[in-house]
Amino acid sequence: MSADSMTAQPGPATAEPAYAGPRARRRNNSLTWGIVGWVVGILFFFPVLWMVLTSFKTEAQAYTNTPTLIFSPTLSQYKTVFSSGLWPYVANSAFATIVSTILVLALATPCAFALSLRPVKKTRDVLFFFISTKMLPVVAAIIPIYIAARDLHMLDNIFTLVILYTAMNLPIAVWMMRSFFLEVPGELLEAAEMDGAPLRRTVVEVILPLVAPGLAATALICCIFSWNEFFFAVNLTATRAATVPVFLVGFISSEGLYFAQLAAAATVATLPVVLAGWVAQRQLVRGLSFGAIK
Amino acid sequence: MTRRRDIGGANGSAARSPATGSGGRPVSRRAFLAGTAGGTALALSGCATGAQQLFSGGSSGTTITVAIVSNSQMQDAISLSPLFEQEHPGVHLTFVSLPENEARAKITADVSTQGGEFDVVMISNYETPMWSANGWLVNLQPYINATPGYDAADFLPQLRATLSHRGDLYSVPFYGESSFLMYRKDLMQQAGVTMPKRPTWDQVAQIAARMHNAKKGQVGICLRGDPGWGENLAPMDTVINAFGGRWFDPQWRAQLTSAPVEHAVTTYVSLLQKYGEPGAPEAGFSECATLYSQGDAAMWYDATSAVSTIEDPTSSKVAGKSGYAWAPTQDGRPSGWLYTWSLAIPSTCPHKQAAWDFISWMTSKTYIRTVGQKLGWSHVPPGSRFSSYQIPQYKKLSSVYGPLTLQSINATNSAHPALQPVPYTGIQFLDIPEFQDLGTNVSEQFSAAIAGSQPVGSALAQAQQYAQAVGDTYRST
Amino acid sequence: MTAIAPPVAGAHRTRARTDRRRQGWVRRAPLLPALVFTIIVTQLPFLVTLYYSLESWSLVRPGSQHFVGFGNYADVFKDSQFRTTALNTVIMTVGSVLIAMVLGVLLALLLDRKFLGRGVVRTLLITPFLVMPVGAALLWKTTMFDPTFGIVNFILRPFGIGHFDWLSSLPLGSVMIEMIWQWTPFMMLLVLAGLQSQPKDILEAASCDGARPFAIFRELTLPHLRRYIELGVVLGAIYVVNDFDAVYMMTQGGPGISSANLPFYIYQRAFLGFQVGQAAAMGVVVVVATIIVATFALRLIFTSFSGTEQAA
Repeated sequence: MSADSMTAQPGPATAEPAYAGPRARRRNNSLTWGIVGWVVGILFFFPVLWMVLTSFKTEAQAYTNTPTLIFSPTLSQYKTVFSSGLWPYVANSAFATIVSTILVLALATPCAFALSLRPVKKTRDVLFFFISTKMLPVVAAIIPIYIAARDLHMLDNIFTLVILYTAMNLPIAVWMMRSFFLEVPGELLEAAEMDGAPLRRTVVEVILPLVAPGLAATALICCIFSWNEFFFAVNLTATRAATVPVFLVGFISSEGLYFAQLAAAATVATLPVVLAGWVAQRQLVRGLSFGAIK
Repeated sequence: MTRRRDIGGANGSAARSPATGSGGRPVSRRAFLAGTAGGTALALSGCATGAQQLFSGGSSGTTITVAIVSNSQMQDAISLSPLFEQEHPGVHLTFVSLPENEARAKITADVSTQGGEFDVVMISNYETPMWSANGWLVNLQPYINATPGYDAADFLPQLRATLSHRGDLYSVPFYGESSFLMYRKDLMQQAGVTMPKRPTWDQVAQIAARMHNAKKGQVGICLRGDPGWGENLAPMDTVINAFGGRWFDPQWRAQLTSAPVEHAVTTYVSLLQKYGEPGAPEAGFSECATLYSQGDAAMWYDATSAVSTIEDPTSSKVAGKSGYAWAPTQDGRPSGWLYTWSLAIPSTCPHKQAAWDFISWMTSKTYIRTVGQKLGWSHVPPGSRFSSYQIPQYKKLSSVYGPLTLQSINATNSAHPALQPVPYTGIQFLDIPEFQDLGTNVSEQFSAAIAGSQPVGSALAQAQQYAQAVGDTYRST
Repeated sequence: MTAIAPPVAGAHRTRARTDRRRQGWVRRAPLLPALVFTIIVTQLPFLVTLYYSLESWSLVRPGSQHFVGFGNYADVFKDSQFRTTALNTVIMTVGSVLIAMVLGVLLALLLDRKFLGRGVVRTLLITPFLVMPVGAALLWKTTMFDPTFGIVNFILRPFGIGHFDWLSSLPLGSVMIEMIWQWTPFMMLLVLAGLQSQPKDILEAASCDGARPFAIFRELTLPHLRRYIELGVVLGAIYVVNDFDAVYMMTQGGPGISSANLPFYIYQRAFLGFQVGQAAAMGVVVVVATIIVATFALRLIFTSFSGTEQAA
């Protein structure tokens, strides 16, 4: 059974139905669950669907008292969005997201390792410290950070965001990676030690591959939070380092609601992370369910 | 409508997202991921530097960074800015365009800490008097005097007065507005109702009662209700002034629980509750604009600049159907507000002449003509220059509301906004630094009163406390 | 005779201690980069914030910066609005996190069953978590909750709801609905991971023994899920407590301050009033309060975490 879970399998994450039962009952159950599942799924997804639909309407169609469901789609909103100088924002967001995520993984993995497989004294305190850094509302510290960035000539600099996002995501990465490391059976480590392998080789060749799905899951979470981050981006950037959330907010005009245009901008802004999440969801679930190795 | 400057044109090297393998052996996948991530980071760092380059247009010449509010007239200016760059080779423009609250917060943070992020900032007649007194803005008068044909005397005198410090202009108006009452002539004709040219609030209340028809989805009057010192407080303040109320007496004692103020606020709140739009406590300019232009409101009391939205046939169903009346008063004193979006140069700007070149271009008579010719005469920034209203095409287009706009602005008196003497200036705001916060807190109380979650009396009592706290700091200084 | 003289007893002990200490540092070394980085990037601003909290400083009134000691803190505790927003924050956090977790558990149980198109449904269900929070808040405000043009009222029209003004009549609730919508998928994924990591043989054995499904769930599954649920609750709470985007975009704290939470209230002080000192003091108070609450909460969690270290 463990061997099965080790090799990646295509298709949805495997899970046998929890209870054996007569075939007929299972099929009926499967139908009921299917209906419930689809209804719930569509219900949850509906706001997103509505947003995408609205982005293909004209403004007049978006403002009807009775929402229009049948309409002929138009690409004019998307044309407006794409002609508003979108790409530099995307480049900035992508840069900040990817670089900060790599940094986070590089820092968090050894840290989580030290806190789990080779516990140090005061593990709890260190973990608590990491989490406590997320307890200060950034709004309270933003002016000191702004002044510091100004003094260091780091205002409107993409690396400022990289550093802040790394610090923002490090606690969660440490916590997540630690729980993945905790899943590694102690016997594996002891066996490798008894073989006389140096620690580094054990780690690289035995442990890291085991927690790779966890790495992927953590990376995805960090990417999501970094890409969607708004407050630092809007306050610490101006022209050169502005990211996609700032772009989106620039579409809110104080003079008239442009539902359809806003929907188009929101769709474009959200799309990369949604796609990444869809593609990588299997990694996410597998990473979080790593305990199946037992 | 919302257009942003297309910087650098093509997207150049778009970001490529790392391909995550969905199978394969763990070890090689890890290496693959690491390699892809590293390679992508390299590509993107080139991309980001490239993007930064694109944003700053290369290293040659001067870059002027302009912080503006994302209203439609400003978006028009952005789209026309290539014309400026053609006339001034060597000057490159970059724009930071944000909604009003964000823009204000960013600009204030930058200018007050001397951050130097921006070369040109869009502020208003709220900031200009205070910031010029603090020495945070460049005195524009010498530049104006040295620019022939700029004709600062063409600006409406009330605007010039509110943007000056010791007689010198410290920011120049981009567009100006007062407030007036917009109403559906056609609906009123059908109902047999006549709107007087200078209505009182009592008359407005009566008309709203006649025109309100919830079943047909027609709202009697649309008024701002959402919290914000520049949101529901703007019209509310004009009502307070109209009824003879004031915020502070000359000794900085708060007056928000006085009889005239209570009368004014009660009138506003009950008008909204009985004949106002659904969702009033959350409705601001945009929501009212949408409601009115979709034909669902009989009256709307708001900024004169609203005409850009409701008279635009491409987005409004009621273009050409509206009549205009003076801002409602109680005793005949003009009560419209005075507001202008203006452009200024922070004193930290290293390229003052280039910055001035841009500002003078954007507020010049030539610009106004260009906007009209290239984008349509309904796009002309309203209420800033007399000469705009002399241009034949614009005169014709604005014949219904233009004269009243000018008259309303000219009738304002920011220096003496209230019936009784007051220690502050400003009609729909108080020109003190604390007002953004104080006004927002008070407007939140009013918004709750409109929602019915508290009676007007307790809203005013709470507001009085906030105001008193601020007044105390002024009395002790 | 031995070529090498046996070491003196004292030296032996010292060498062992040095060895142990070096072992200790070897163990700690991987920990240090992350720790040092975090300390520099988070504690320095915190110290500066602490310093500013002792000053009265209005950014827009130059020359107003002066030392007031604990004056700001006194103002914070006297401020009734601060108490209201603190209460709102607690309600928002506890409510959103608990409801999201309950929904997450139910959805995870649902997704644990086999049915046609389960993968697609799972994809649909995780999407709310991926959507940009500012975008999501805006969309809920405009296309969903708008009294006239929103679709929620349209769907509820047959039930006689009409022009219900969600954001004004139910401000805290509306914001919470949006938060729950965004965070349920996260809880669901965690619990799903927990469900799928459960050894199925035990469940089958229990079921063969005749145990009823609900009893199996309560006695076997739920305890196993406990650490996943706790992890979800802790992480979710930390994020929701500091959530600024939702309130800012949807209600701006209104009507009045009925939907304002602490981050939004502090933001108003910092960016509307530009009162740096007061905002800093509020931030410090929030940190201290959160640490106190979290200490109790995490003590609970850690007992279960340290339990699993032996279970493995």
